[in-house]
Amino acid sequence: MGPSMNGASDVIIVGGGLMGSSAALFLRGHGLSVTLLETDLIGRQASGTNFGNVRRQGRGFHQLPLANRAIAIWRKSRELLGADVEYLQSGHIRVCYRERPELVGAMEEYADKARLEGLDLELLSGNALRDKFPFFGPDVLAGSYSPTDGHANPRLAAPAFARAAQKLGAVVHENTKIIDAQKLGEDFIVTAADGRTFRAPILLVTAGAWGNALSSQFGEPVPIVPRGPNMSVTEPVPYAIHPAVGVMTPLEEETVYFRQVARGNIVLGGSTRGPSFPDQYRAYVEPQNTLSQLKHIRRLAPQLGKLNIIRVWSGIEGYLPDSQPVMGPSATTSGLYYAFGFSGSGFQIGPGVGETMAEIIAKGATDIPMAPYDIARFAQA
Amino acid sequence: MAKPRIIIVGAGPSGTRAAEACVAAGIRPIVIDEGRRDGGQIYRRQPDNFTRPYEKLYGTEAGRAKALHETFDGLKGAIDYRPETLVWNIAAGQLWTASGTVQEAIPFDALLLCTGATDRLMPVKGWNLAGAYSLGGSQVALKSQAVSIGHKVLFMGSGPLLYLVASQYVEAGADVAAVLDTSPFSARLKALPDLLAMPSVLWNGVALTRTLKRAGVTVQHGVTPVEIMGDVESGVDGVRFRTASGREETIACDAVAMGYHLRPETQLADLARCAFAFDPGTRQWLPERDGDGRASVAGVYLAGDGAKILGARSAEASGRLAALAALVDLGLSVDKGEMASLRGDVANYAKFARGLAKAFPWPVEQAAKLPDDAILCRCEGVTAGDLRVVMRETGAKEANRAKAFSRVGMGRCQGRYCGLAAAELIAAEAGVPVEQVGRLRGQAPVKPLTIAIGEE
Repeated sequence: MGPSMNGASDVIIVGGGLMGSSAALFLRGHGLSVTLLETDLIGRQASGTNFGNVRRQGRGFHQLPLANRAIAIWRKSRELLGADVEYLQSGHIRVCYRERPELVGAMEEYADKARLEGLDLELLSGNALRDKFPFFGPDVLAGSYSPTDGHANPRLAAPAFARAAQKLGAVVHENTKIIDAQKLGEDFIVTAADGRTFRAPILLVTAGAWGNALSSQFGEPVPIVPRGPNMSVTEPVPYAIHPAVGVMTPLEEETVYFRQVARGNIVLGGSTRGPSFPDQYRAYVEPQNTLSQLKHIRRLAPQLGKLNIIRVWSGIEGYLPDSQPVMGPSATTSGLYYAFGFSGSGFQIGPGVGETMAEIIAKGATDIPMAPYDIARFAQA
Repeated sequence: MAKPRIIIVGAGPSGTRAAEACVAAGIRPIVIDEGRRDGGQIYRRQPDNFTRPYEKLYGTEAGRAKALHETFDGLKGAIDYRPETLVWNIAAGQLWTASGTVQEAIPFDALLLCTGATDRLMPVKGWNLAGAYSLGGSQVALKSQAVSIGHKVLFMGSGPLLYLVASQYVEAGADVAAVLDTSPFSARLKALPDLLAMPSVLWNGVALTRTLKRAGVTVQHGVTPVEIMGDVESGVDGVRFRTASGREETIACDAVAMGYHLRPETQLADLARCAFAFDPGTRQWLPERDGDGRASVAGVYLAGDGAKILGARSAEASGRLAALAALVDLGLSVDKGEMASLRGDVANYAKFARGLAKAFPWPVEQAAKLPDDAILCRCEGVTAGDLRVVMRETGAKEANRAKAFSRVGMGRCQGRYCGLAAAELIAAEAGVPVEQVGRLRGQAPVKPLTIAIGEE
């Protein structure tokens, strides 16, 4: 067989982030042969550089069935993956500030509706809040606590899914930059920059901020914008903060969050996101964004002002205008599927996305509501 | 037209000479330094209320130290000097500084990075115990605070600093247990032709050895460190090593100073997005520069040991040369003849530095053989065995990948102390040349930054 034939399989997945890696694992579970193609290394951008929130709280209600599916996978991740991705079901709390008392009502309303989707939240205010979480500053008015949410280590997660998929027979090619994809007859032919080609009757695009380059080849461009998360981490201190913490606010600059890992470091995230450069595979943290983040972290938890940050980082994320991903079948081409553009909130649902896409591809249907993610919503009239 | 703004980072030998050249050209540069006083590491000045004489503090280099300090003192009215200030990031033509909680963003037309060096360290079992210091750290204790790191101090490693600091301890009256050099004496003989590029420096080195001999200090060559012994509670109590003939020996001590020559502090060049290239002679990734110190990024200049380890004398020449290059690029007139002469000086120092690298080789095989239970990354407490397991399980063969999975180099020093050894271990384990392992990507902040930054 010549080199052009060595890439034949049932499914080609382009993009080795958390979505592509988990889809590869679950597709193997359905008995389909899988080739996973990654332009760089598995999980290096959005999947590996995000905050690590495994959080259902705060997601749109239509996303909760998917999030519930994902949480079940996170809970069994150690057995499923044969690796520790540091998943900790240590809770998540979302708080609002005194200057926005109207958000308490919004929290109550969210909790009532979320309960119907199986997510139980506890509202805390005043002394009850500070008794339980003494690190909050005086500006914090109330909080919504989700005891069954938590966090995990993004650097480890996607690679662990890809290795588990490999153990079940998926073929993974890293450093494989895809420059062309087209459908010829029944098969997709996918071509790498070095000339290698891969062939399969099904193509799943999980290429994050790069997804539009492929969807455009099939007449379905989407208005995706690359940005980068604004992350920092402190030196290790004794483990004392169990839940992941975030702020509910309409202002991006105020939207900061933090979590402490069992080793002791506190991961800080949020405030203004930076630009990112998909063509260079680099995203830089803008110094002013670090300063804005630290300022808002001090407001949220003043005691953290006594610590130092030892490192900042960012990565390349793809944002869509309605903050919803593109997920599901193509509207133009049979056999083509998408799951990209998770707009900075894909980590928790990632394994659920992989399982759902595998289900759609293998069985042709899923119980998860998919309408909000249809790529046709961006079709030009 | 407003005068161009030149920022010099570092007030050691290269930064001082760069500032001098700027002032002579009628420019008032900003000089930013982490230290409380000028002088850098090698010519570190003692606190104001200390009065030890130059000869006592700097030995053979007393004259140079004094000249440099006097130059800096003379510049003080003509420069914008900002001591105890950290440059924590560089972006879009601005330096971001922190001094206490005071934050500032300073735009520049030319940026001269004179960031100096730290010890190159080779991990050994027990190097995480209390009482184990770097050579540089042990020298700081003596120079700045006039204290010894222990009652009985053992010096281990290789490079000129090993002999310099050991003899400074002897002259300060400290009890030196031994000097254990990993380099075979024969390497020094082979390096002689290059070392003769600077006969006076070579002669100083010989004099240091004589000082040690006169004081009755045991000096051994070609040793292999096995373990710094002791326990977590009481710290270091001895060193176990193999002699050149392969016999295992133990020497009692309560402190160890170790180092294997130096490595440049290149993080700011990295944050300024300068291109780096692998230097096979030192097995380090260094920022690229032309013969005058111009980095790959326009407006950024590199000088002194922060660009490449060529020593303090070379740093004075390359600092001045880089400043002259910046002045030329900004359209000012400089003495081209002096630039040519400085280039010649730097080339001669480079020849000598090549000799030093040959005489005191970096013992890469020690990284490859580091036992599984030895700590490799002290910040994160990662052992050599941890890293090997991660490599086997994940297939990681690249420095940043291995860091992401194992945490080696992820702590507060960002791999400045363990990164070079970790790269050698990864290379040995993966069976690839060390340059293929790559280099750790630098991230801000260069040193830990308080979350209280900018607080009113």
